[in-house]
Amino acid sequence: MKQFIAFFTKEFLHVFRDRKTLLLLFGLPVVQIVLFGFALSNEIKNSKIVIFDYAKDATSRKIIEKLEVSKSFEIEKNITRVEDIDKSFRAENIKLAIVFPANFGEDLVHLKNASVQIIADASDPNTANTLTSYATNVIMSYQKEMMQTRNIPYSINTEMRMLYNPELKGTTNFVPGVMALVMLLICVLMTSVSIVREKENGTMEVLLVSPFNPFLVVISKAIPYLILSLFNLIVILVLSVYLLDMPINGNIFLLFAESALLILAALSLGLLISTLTNSQQEAMLFSLMGMLLPTMMLTGFMFPLENMPVPLQVISNIVPSKWYYIIVKSIMIKGLGFSAIWKETLILAGMTALLLTISIRKFNIRLE
Amino acid sequence: MENEVVIKTENLTKAFGDFIAANAITFDVYKGEIFGFLGANGAGKTTAMRMLCGLSTPTSGKANIAGFDIWTQTEEIKKHIGYMSQKFSLYEDLTVRENIRFFGGIYGLKGKEIRQKGDAIIKKLGLENEAKKLVKSLPLGWKQKLAFSIAIFHEPKIVFLDEPTGGVDPVTRRQFWDLIYEASERGITVFVTTHYMDEAEYCNRISMMVDGVIKALDSPKKLKENYGVETMDEVFYELARGAQRKAD
Repeated sequence: MKQFIAFFTKEFLHVFRDRKTLLLLFGLPVVQIVLFGFALSNEIKNSKIVIFDYAKDATSRKIIEKLEVSKSFEIEKNITRVEDIDKSFRAENIKLAIVFPANFGEDLVHLKNASVQIIADASDPNTANTLTSYATNVIMSYQKEMMQTRNIPYSINTEMRMLYNPELKGTTNFVPGVMALVMLLICVLMTSVSIVREKENGTMEVLLVSPFNPFLVVISKAIPYLILSLFNLIVILVLSVYLLDMPINGNIFLLFAESALLILAALSLGLLISTLTNSQQEAMLFSLMGMLLPTMMLTGFMFPLENMPVPLQVISNIVPSKWYYIIVKSIMIKGLGFSAIWKETLILAGMTALLLTISIRKFNIRLE
Repeated sequence: MENEVVIKTENLTKAFGDFIAANAITFDVYKGEIFGFLGANGAGKTTAMRMLCGLSTPTSGKANIAGFDIWTQTEEIKKHIGYMSQKFSLYEDLTVRENIRFFGGIYGLKGKEIRQKGDAIIKKLGLENEAKKLVKSLPLGWKQKLAFSIAIFHEPKIVFLDEPTGGVDPVTRRQFWDLIYEASERGITVFVTTHYMDEAEYCNRISMMVDGVIKALDSPKKLKENYGVETMDEVFYELARGAQRKAD
């Protein structure tokens, strides 16, 4: 235990002596939270939607047909109960629900006026915005056709409801992304660099000659960075709650537990990189190329994954932060519990276990 | 000098694929001895030393360090040896005192003991004014002396020094050797590799390694007599001339 304390003290001294790194560590989350306010939007294809058709008449069927033909949408199923709307949003990857009220066609013919409700999953505001306007366009084009053929001023109102994020705040989208990014940066980069630095300086040899267990060397190197990144997590959450007015709807302990899982994955990856490289530059390059870029590009928080070519979408599945991003969005924004995210958690846990096993196997106790 | 053997190797061999870095090394080192381990670059010195420290697993052969077997008792060995690597082995971004505290800590020394012994070291090296300064601000000679003092901080039976005085001026080197003599008088065995032949003269006994094999092992005086030469330089030249391997 005394040995551990000596080691922790030393690691913290390293971190606090290096002002530039310190600034990077604690400045980065703040800068990113502020910077990533401008998320990007893009065209979206084949989004899954559900149809809730009370009317079941010719008019509603025609509109549904049009939606079906549109490249933007893929009708997942028709539902018949109100509760199913919420259920399908939570359980499946449904982006949009379109509700036709009873007597939709009759209202339109007799009153010349009818309403359609469009409900969107706004936890990703860009997607939600784009999809609702696509859907509105489809309905409007039908309305136009009708007006042309019959020459009567029909009008269909579209009512929109943004679920989970009624004000369409962009922050809800990038905060989970920044969390993943910052934690990966600190854990992967800092762990690998700090281990490789010991190799480079020759101090690793001295540590390995000492009776201090080599695995403990690694563990006691990882723990300070774990603490630092948890601290950063708190900073990000505080910033987003008080500065960006972003709520944390779900269980905060679950959020921290899932974050710890990602941190563990990142630490194992950092360890793996440190065993594969021999200089700090190499370790840094590996960490940036291997972790930061995929996290920025393939997590879905900067560019919607739905728009990417299929090969990239497939590759995105092996990026741990993608799953973390989904998990955090579900907990923070949708306020879902563990039962809703157990699959993603399982995938993330599997990845962590795999990374940890590989990196421990690869870690050389003896310097050859 | 007592006759207690603290390092005993028998046919210790390390091969990297086809390349045999250290070939059937056999020698004894006695307690309190200053044992010089000489050889050209690439002769296998560092490989041999790393096996003795437990940094590298031998391919075959036997060795006993401080009474413990190199194959089965590496953890025990680690408690009883000190090591100073070729590269400067302290943390540059920590202060003198923090380095002492850290290394004392990982050897499991008690806080009070670390403070007392640390003060003694700082006083002996004349570093009172530098104790709270970062190690990187110290001149190289002081750093090396500090590194050595820290390597024997936990009173090991044997201390391994891998080219400890590289790049240090002759005066500082002399002072460094005073520290080595002092440690040796306290009964710490010093196992040192070096390139400097004047340093070789300071050793009680030296071994000369050529192409992974120990070619000669005796006191500097005897070696000079055996080869009929005046200086250690010439002994080294005589032996290293036959080397097949290129220096790295």
